[in-house]
Amino acid sequence: MNTFHADKAAAFARDVPHAHWHDTALWFMRVKRDRGAGSVPEWEKLRNAASGIKAHTLSRLADYLEEFERNAKANGIQVHWARDGAEHNRIVGGILEAHGVKLVAKSKSMLTEECGLNPYLEARGLEIVDTDLGERIVQLAHEPPSHIVMPAIHKKKEQIGELFHQTIGTAEGLSDPKVLTEAARQHLRRKFLGAQAGLSGVNFAIADTGGIVVVTNEGNADMGTSLPPLHIASMGVEKVIPRARDLGVFLRLLARSATGQPISTYTTHFHAPLRSGELHVVIVDNGRSEILGRETFRRSLSCIRCGACLNTCPVYRRSGGYSYSYLIPGPIGAVLGAQRDPVAHASLPFASSLCGSCSDVCPVKIDLHHEILALREEIRSRKILPGGKRLSMRIAGVVLRHPALYRAFGWLARSLLRAGVARVGPGATWARQRELPAAPKETFRELWKKEREEKVA
Amino acid sequence: MTAREAILSALRRNAPTTVPPPDHPEGMRFPDPVAQFLESVKAVGGASARVADAAALQAALSALPVWAEAKKTVSLVPGAGHSTLDPDAVADPHQLEGVDVAVIAGALGVAENGAVWVPGENLGRHRAIFVITEHLVLTVRAADVVSNMQEAYERIRIERPGYGVFISGPSKTADIEQALVIGAHGARSCSVFVVG
Repeated sequence: MNTFHADKAAAFARDVPHAHWHDTALWFMRVKRDRGAGSVPEWEKLRNAASGIKAHTLSRLADYLEEFERNAKANGIQVHWARDGAEHNRIVGGILEAHGVKLVAKSKSMLTEECGLNPYLEARGLEIVDTDLGERIVQLAHEPPSHIVMPAIHKKKEQIGELFHQTIGTAEGLSDPKVLTEAARQHLRRKFLGAQAGLSGVNFAIADTGGIVVVTNEGNADMGTSLPPLHIASMGVEKVIPRARDLGVFLRLLARSATGQPISTYTTHFHAPLRSGELHVVIVDNGRSEILGRETFRRSLSCIRCGACLNTCPVYRRSGGYSYSYLIPGPIGAVLGAQRDPVAHASLPFASSLCGSCSDVCPVKIDLHHEILALREEIRSRKILPGGKRLSMRIAGVVLRHPALYRAFGWLARSLLRAGVARVGPGATWARQRELPAAPKETFRELWKKEREEKVA
Repeated sequence: MTAREAILSALRRNAPTTVPPPDHPEGMRFPDPVAQFLESVKAVGGASARVADAAALQAALSALPVWAEAKKTVSLVPGAGHSTLDPDAVADPHQLEGVDVAVIAGALGVAENGAVWVPGENLGRHRAIFVITEHLVLTVRAADVVSNMQEAYERIRIERPGYGVFISGPSKTADIEQALVIGAHGARSCSVFVVG
């Protein structure tokens, strides 16, 4: 399979009106994020505090996980540990099978996507229903999510109307989001009422109280976990925070960064199972402890999955989530994916203009663009750079080492620009999405020389 | 070695030098938190009003169209409305399907985002009531409205009685072309009354 970001981005950009719509829709989220952030005078102080709390937690992660486990157990929560995705799936599958569960209502969790939980459980004959509307849409379409907060952002409402017609039996030709949402509400209400277990992710696990917090706008996690007696929540090791009061800092940042909302509709705190029910928390490593050991990249573990870096990224907005070979797209996905498997995701750190906008909006101040640059260097030194880039880097290396050659290439580039080479042949293909500058009359070198001569004179 | 031991020892092996925790910044305060709270509830898609006392609350509730039209109601607030179905008398939360309106007492309101803290003990026997109901009515005492979330967490105990939820407006989604639609899976409307 072709995993090059640039090739898949080209395919996405071919549908010009849709690509433009995608770009504009996501930029609108960024604008809303700015409004949300602007409404809080202490915003930057909150970002510093959130970043500091995460850095502190990461430096004592094992201690806080033990504290969480101790307090959670005292609250009647059953805690499990999984080294990797396969172990996580076995644990979840084992609990469900022990309870004779056939239908599961699942709310959004990027971790379970990472572990491949749905296909694992489906292969064992269970029906897993993703209950977040966007997740349900992509599940019915047999697609992965294309955004971590808005999984179906790549789909037009007409496509969703057609999908619902074919899969859940709505009338043909629907496209009104209200009508479609109502149809999904009715369809999923039946699933909620029939489910024997609820699965969820974890936004925050609190060490000093031994509970978990799950955030949604739709209420799907609440429906899914308050009707059946069994709730299984999956969390990465990095989700733990030290104290309940730290939630005040993170919740003021999370929704504002994600959608511009002052807070999500439902912020649910679980510290005990339902009466005569069970609450299980599965703590998953799956490569995170390794990232913790890498100084340059460990801050990526601070991510609270708000999606702000996707919405602001000029490359993500114009190339769509499916251009990224890793399940989490955008800047944070490039960082996490290329660390997980640098060979499979070698092109992702290059799907960036290094403009730094991602780092500017990140609520926990992950140095995303620095990490992306560092990953490029790592990919180069491991000699897994894509062929074309290897060649062009080698040429650039030679040219930049030899001033005479550099001058000659400068002259050549200016001449070609003036001659309009970007309007014909391969140059035109390259320049289609780019606005090329006019060639300057004088080079910097010439201007500098003139300036010096004038001063001397 | 168990998975637990393996993970904890890998995390200890790879941990950086201990970094001290930072101080939290001071959260913004509003000159009139109740007025801001009422505004914020509207901004997140809810309805809000301030009532003087329990009698005024009862009158305001009766005047709500969703209450007037409701057939199946649950009130968990003494003196505000009545229950046609006693949620504590049903053994299975699935039987709450079909409730038109639920009236629930919040313990705290947050001015910056219109969120209402509902601790588990205010939900009766079944947690599901606040999300399974078609329409939700929440009450908060004026004295229990704070400016921001940081203040809120200084005031509440999230671990007792084992469950609690911040509710900010009605259930909503924007998953189809980012068009905001109210009433995704939970309550289709959320009316908040500040009492006092």
